Amino acid sequence: MLNQLTLTELVERLEDRQVSSCAVTQDCLDQIKRVDSELHAFLSCDSEDALAQAKAADQAMTAGVTHREKPLLGVPVAIKDIIAVRNQPMSCGSRILHDYLSPYDATVISRLRAAGAVVFGRLNMDEFAMGSSNENSAFGPVRNPWDTTRIPGGSSGGSAAAVVADECIASLGSDTGGSVRQPAALCGCVGLKPSYGRVSRYGLVAYASSLDQVGCCAKRVRDAAVLLEALSGMDPRDSTTVPQPVPHYTSALTGEIKGLRIGLPKEYMVGGLDAEVETAIKAAVKQFAKLGATVVDVSLPHTDYAIATYYIIATAEASANLARFDGIRYGLRVEGSDPAELYSRTRGDGFGVEVKRRIILGTYVLSSGYYDAYYLRAQKVRTLIRSDFLKAFEQVDAILTPTTPTPAFRIGEKTGDPLQMYLSDIFTISANLAGICGISLPCGFTRDPKLPIGLQLQGKPFAEETILRLAHAYEQSTTWHKERPRIGERK
Amino acid sequence: MEYEAVIGLETHVQLKTRSKMWCGCANQFGAPPNTHVCPVCLGLPGVLPVANEEALRLTVLTGMLLHCDIPRYAKFDRKNYFYPDVAKNYQITQYDKPSTIGGYVDFEFNGGISRVRITRAHLEEDVAKNFHFERTSGVDFNRAGVPLMEVVSEPDITSADMAYEYLNALKDILVYGGVSDCDMEKGMVRCDVNVSVRPKGTTELGAKIEIKNMNSFSGVRKALEYEIPRQIEVVSRGGKLIQSTRRWDDVAGITEEMRTKEYAHDYRYFPEPDLMPFTPTDEWLADISRRVVELPLARKQRLMQDYQLPAPDAQTFVWDKPLGNYFEGIAKTAKNPKAIANWVINNLRAKLGESQTTLADLKFAPAAVAELVELIDSGKISGKIAQEVFSDMFSTGEAPGKIVERKGLAQVSDTGAIEALCDQAIAANPGPAADFRAGKAAALNFLKGQVMKLSKGKANPALAGEILERKLKA
Repeated sequence: MLNQLTLTELVERLEDRQVSSCAVTQDCLDQIKRVDSELHAFLSCDSEDALAQAKAADQAMTAGVTHREKPLLGVPVAIKDIIAVRNQPMSCGSRILHDYLSPYDATVISRLRAAGAVVFGRLNMDEFAMGSSNENSAFGPVRNPWDTTRIPGGSSGGSAAAVVADECIASLGSDTGGSVRQPAALCGCVGLKPSYGRVSRYGLVAYASSLDQVGCCAKRVRDAAVLLEALSGMDPRDSTTVPQPVPHYTSALTGEIKGLRIGLPKEYMVGGLDAEVETAIKAAVKQFAKLGATVVDVSLPHTDYAIATYYIIATAEASANLARFDGIRYGLRVEGSDPAELYSRTRGDGFGVEVKRRIILGTYVLSSGYYDAYYLRAQKVRTLIRSDFLKAFEQVDAILTPTTPTPAFRIGEKTGDPLQMYLSDIFTISANLAGICGISLPCGFTRDPKLPIGLQLQGKPFAEETILRLAHAYEQSTTWHKERPRIGERK
Repeated sequence: MEYEAVIGLETHVQLKTRSKMWCGCANQFGAPPNTHVCPVCLGLPGVLPVANEEALRLTVLTGMLLHCDIPRYAKFDRKNYFYPDVAKNYQITQYDKPSTIGGYVDFEFNGGISRVRITRAHLEEDVAKNFHFERTSGVDFNRAGVPLMEVVSEPDITSADMAYEYLNALKDILVYGGVSDCDMEKGMVRCDVNVSVRPKGTTELGAKIEIKNMNSFSGVRKALEYEIPRQIEVVSRGGKLIQSTRRWDDVAGITEEMRTKEYAHDYRYFPEPDLMPFTPTDEWLADISRRVVELPLARKQRLMQDYQLPAPDAQTFVWDKPLGNYFEGIAKTAKNPKAIANWVINNLRAKLGESQTTLADLKFAPAAVAELVELIDSGKISGKIAQEVFSDMFSTGEAPGKIVERKGLAQVSDTGAIEALCDQAIAANPGPAADFRAGKAAALNFLKGQVMKLSKGKANPALAGEILERKLKA
């Protein structure tokens, strides 16, 4: 069961030649066969291609290539279906892309390949990353590995579930309003959203360009640090990446957090917070204090406006970003008597309800006569939200919150009420508006049913080292990360 | 009532860059369809634009050439509309923060200098080209993403002819600055017209009508020559014009309504989140200002003043810049620049055309032209002989002085020698000689021609005339 190894454990064993990349890749593929009919984390998986990459990695190791040169050599990493992988299908969880194959690799994929990873699988997701529960996947939702009647979170539900169910060693997701952190919390793994501009977006299909960031799901904080280091850095193909040097993130994981200051935003301890989540977070705060961190209250006064602001900016950008899916050049085409009819039929059939809702909302807020009242206003509020955070970060090194207000809810529970659904991102959405980094990690479980609870640490722009250090110290002083769901064990 | 036209032009110009606006594909006309394309200019899922810095430089350079302000903050925006020629279904352009604002173009018109103010010149991407076949349509994305600059004029133009001259002046400036080749046949320049009419002397603007689909400057002129009287007729009959877009049909020579204001697009502009705002530094701007060149009109005026050239000659050197530079290279130190201009324009240019060669192929040094003119001006050779000398120097590169010497072409001003030839001519042509004596002055020219013939063209024609006259009158 090599698929159960953490990334760090796997790398150690590969280095010692105790295991081969082929063996671990095969174990992941076997696990997919075993559990994915129940879980539905993968939309597709090209086993042959994965094993060919694994074989190449094994040959490279035999030829003397080390993990110092290629830190992910032979490590199977699964990919959210919104990140372009050359010659692999890409549907973005939508019917509209139909049988589209990407002709090119996203920059993050090139970087994973350069680091030696075995890049495989297409992970299920909410259509075009719009959703918090995976119920917006055109191909049916991913199920939560802890309770398959429940949602895994979204939109990177497949990315989190696949890691937790040991179908891969780690995975890539994308986070526009919490889409990596929220499912990581609900499934019980580590989910990292880097600062805006830290990781290239080239090849990540855009939902909301000014908010999107590629993130990763992993079994341990250290694994996430290794991945982040491989993914980060300026990309000449993405003008929004920043020429900031990439630190050696794992060096930050000293276990030592004495003197670091953690802020608790008073606005976040709001009504609607699940009692068990609140208890778990309070316990985590105590644990941080015990480890030597200083915990203080901070204020983020514009928190209440975050969701409204997000749904104006994100939908406005989405309305333009998704315009290219029109049936003319690729993907689904439903014929019409003229281009306009072809467009509306194709898009009418190809997009799901939530995607249409957001396109219409975004089109509306950009319309002439409404732009100033909505989009322009939202941009101003966004600036205020960002400055709330920057001000808070003058006092503290990180901000601690629950990742989600509740544990995973049941499939179908919130589909009738989009606003309730939007509120499940309330703690994660601000980080995207502010461009800061955030990480979610396990901090407990509800009693019955047993469902994971996640805590979120947010840091200044490009201060991933700080949140990784805090997260790692906490993780190493607790045992939550060692819990496994029982999925697949019965069979 | 008399009416006047109010015209503003939006001129789209493809910039002279090696690669496209957002990707590394070649900016090249005429390749087989969809061969200069990549995921970025095809707008495939996941791609991002990266701005071509040379295109930004050329836009700012244009701003400098058109006397615009260069704001220290410019940005790109998305202009949303669905059409198969734009793969993303939005065009990246500059909406409210363009790279240049507020300039002007001065140009010769109606015997004076006219000025049209420039609202802005901004940068955007060209779109693909649609082709319609019998039952299907195709899109060629080679042009998609080519850097395209839009120069928007103020409504300062009052006639079709003025629009035509403005466009030519703008084109000359852009070609001069190396901003664009402005090759109309390759679609490098395209123009939309906004035109309205109003009673002469009033200031309120009439309903603005946009005309599209002109593919040449003369097309613009023709469209306006049709549209202005059409609007005047509607208005003078008491009719009302509404804001609309019309299409020029070049074959039929008419404009037709495409859509009216109520069907106008809402482009839903918003800032392009994939590109950072552009904030030029002093250093960057200084680099570009070093690329500013003398404008065509200024050049013409200077050539006329500095070298006493007639306007058509100066204009020739404006249009043919290399030839003008060649001329100036010689004329700066020459005694008779006007004569040099004549030789360069009338002889050299013709020879280059005949032989299909260029200035770079010339076998003689520029100074040889000055030497040739000197030989004429000093009376050493006649203008006619000079043609022969020029012909030789063009084909062999030999210096004119050497040619004259080697071929013995120096003009004969030796009175004795010419007298002998005159005697010979008079003796051989008693008829014309008698005619002259009888008072027919023109007969002298015939005899002079005979002397020139006998001397093989080398006799000094003035001297020959004098001697003949003296002898005949004696």
